[in-house]
Amino acid sequence: MAITLQEIAFYAVAACITVFSILSVTTGKILRAATYLLFVLLGTGFIYGILGYTYLSAVQLIVYAGGIVVLYVFSILLTQSANDMKYSIRKARILSILLTCAVGAALVIFLVVTNDFALNTIPQGEELNVKEIGHALIGTGKYQFVLPFEITGVLLLACMIGAIMIARKKQ
Amino acid sequence: MDYYNLQPILLGIDRYMNSIMPGWLVTVLEGLAVGIFIMLMYIILAIILIYMERKVCAAFQCRIGPNRVGGKGGLLQVPADVIKMLTKEVITLKNSDKFLYGLAPFLVIMASILTFSCLPWNKGGEVLHMNIGIFFVLAASSIGVLGILLAGWSSNSKYSLIGAIRSGAMIISYELSIGISVLTMVVISGTMDIQGIVESQAGAWNIFRGHIPAIAAFIIYLIAGNAEANRAPFDLAEAEQELTAGYHTEYSGIHFGFFYLAEYLNLFITSGIATTLFLGGWMPLHIAGLDGFNAVMDYIPGFIWFIGKTFFIVFLLMWIRWSFPRLRIDQVLALEWKYLMPTSLVILIVMTICKVYGLIF
Repeated sequence: MAITLQEIAFYAVAACITVFSILSVTTGKILRAATYLLFVLLGTGFIYGILGYTYLSAVQLIVYAGGIVVLYVFSILLTQSANDMKYSIRKARILSILLTCAVGAALVIFLVVTNDFALNTIPQGEELNVKEIGHALIGTGKYQFVLPFEITGVLLLACMIGAIMIARKKQ
Repeated sequence: MDYYNLQPILLGIDRYMNSIMPGWLVTVLEGLAVGIFIMLMYIILAIILIYMERKVCAAFQCRIGPNRVGGKGGLLQVPADVIKMLTKEVITLKNSDKFLYGLAPFLVIMASILTFSCLPWNKGGEVLHMNIGIFFVLAASSIGVLGILLAGWSSNSKYSLIGAIRSGAMIISYELSIGISVLTMVVISGTMDIQGIVESQAGAWNIFRGHIPAIAAFIIYLIAGNAEANRAPFDLAEAEQELTAGYHTEYSGIHFGFFYLAEYLNLFITSGIATTLFLGGWMPLHIAGLDGFNAVMDYIPGFIWFIGKTFFIVFLLMWIRWSFPRLRIDQVLALEWKYLMPTSLVILIVMTICKVYGLIF
């Protein structure tokens, strides 16, 4: 069977994501961890792009890579952080970590097995129109999500007010 | 209108290649060709822009500028500088994070090339085409700031760190104004597709269609774009008197060259996006009613229009650079958060009202 270029790209990016995910939790330096996380997020954006969700891919880039990782790096630069994070971990904690990993892996494998492989079900190389996404976000009909959209907006507003309250000077 | 459409030629080449070799080879070869084309354009434009900057700067300061190397006009000055930069040693620092130190210039140049490949050069002559084009440009350009922050931190020098933090704070802030003024123009065009935005200006350019709000958005875009490109009056990230050279103080050779290239190309990209959004991209100047005039204008190819208009905006930005003194960091942030962002939000609302009530041309 012939494999398409898209599949090659998918597997290459997936391998990169795996490697950088592992690196980002095993590295001892906090800024390197943030950089590896950036690569993981870029790779996720790339996979969205392969699947034709260019809008989601750009959102991934602008929110996670350009927003959240920049925030992390910024706060690392502004705070006096220890360069090495080599902590000794107790045995009980290692056991609980392994257990959590196993549960997470079981859940992911269950989802992958019960559903079709994403690359096969989604039309490849076809872009989802932005108009559809826009209508889905602010429509009130079936499969349209104005209520979650508005509630998320209110939540973000509350977060911002909270942040300002904490950060402002005492009178 | 369609004499200069590149699409039939490119599709013809693609069909011919598909007929003589397997499909995957065609894709790989075309990808390589496009990549080499982008790199070549990138370096050629950088050389032109650096030469132009020196000459424009000289003119504003009543000097001649480079005039020795390469005969009259010093045309070979910049190529000579490029060769000098390429042959210099790449210094590695002690006590610094070598991986991040080496990575930072590549992040900056990657963001710059990604946005560069979205520019609409001609009808049918764009490299990356998506229906969210302009949003992708904003997204890709937001990675560049990360390279600057990492460069400042990994150089293990206080000058670099202060420069990087200044630059980071400034770029993150001004991204808001840029985003909102881009959104204003998306409202008037009704699409985020870059070619679609250009096509929608066939009757008249957006700056004429959108009259007052479009002109206001144009001015805000120019100010914020200047800040995004780290250029004076917003060049406090590399204020020479205070910080030596800011975040790229510790870089040498080709690594420094990457930062330098990206700075000039970001200037070009900012101008190119401004051209696309406000001045019609590759669309010739059309005046409704004057059919003969429009037909004559159509004989000028699209890429000449695009490059001409882009260099006009580049000249505007250089004019600003050599006319205004540098701002302080608190002034820069106050300008953005207290004036530019509220103004651009008001402009967005005004533009939406104009569009809804049909007050645009």
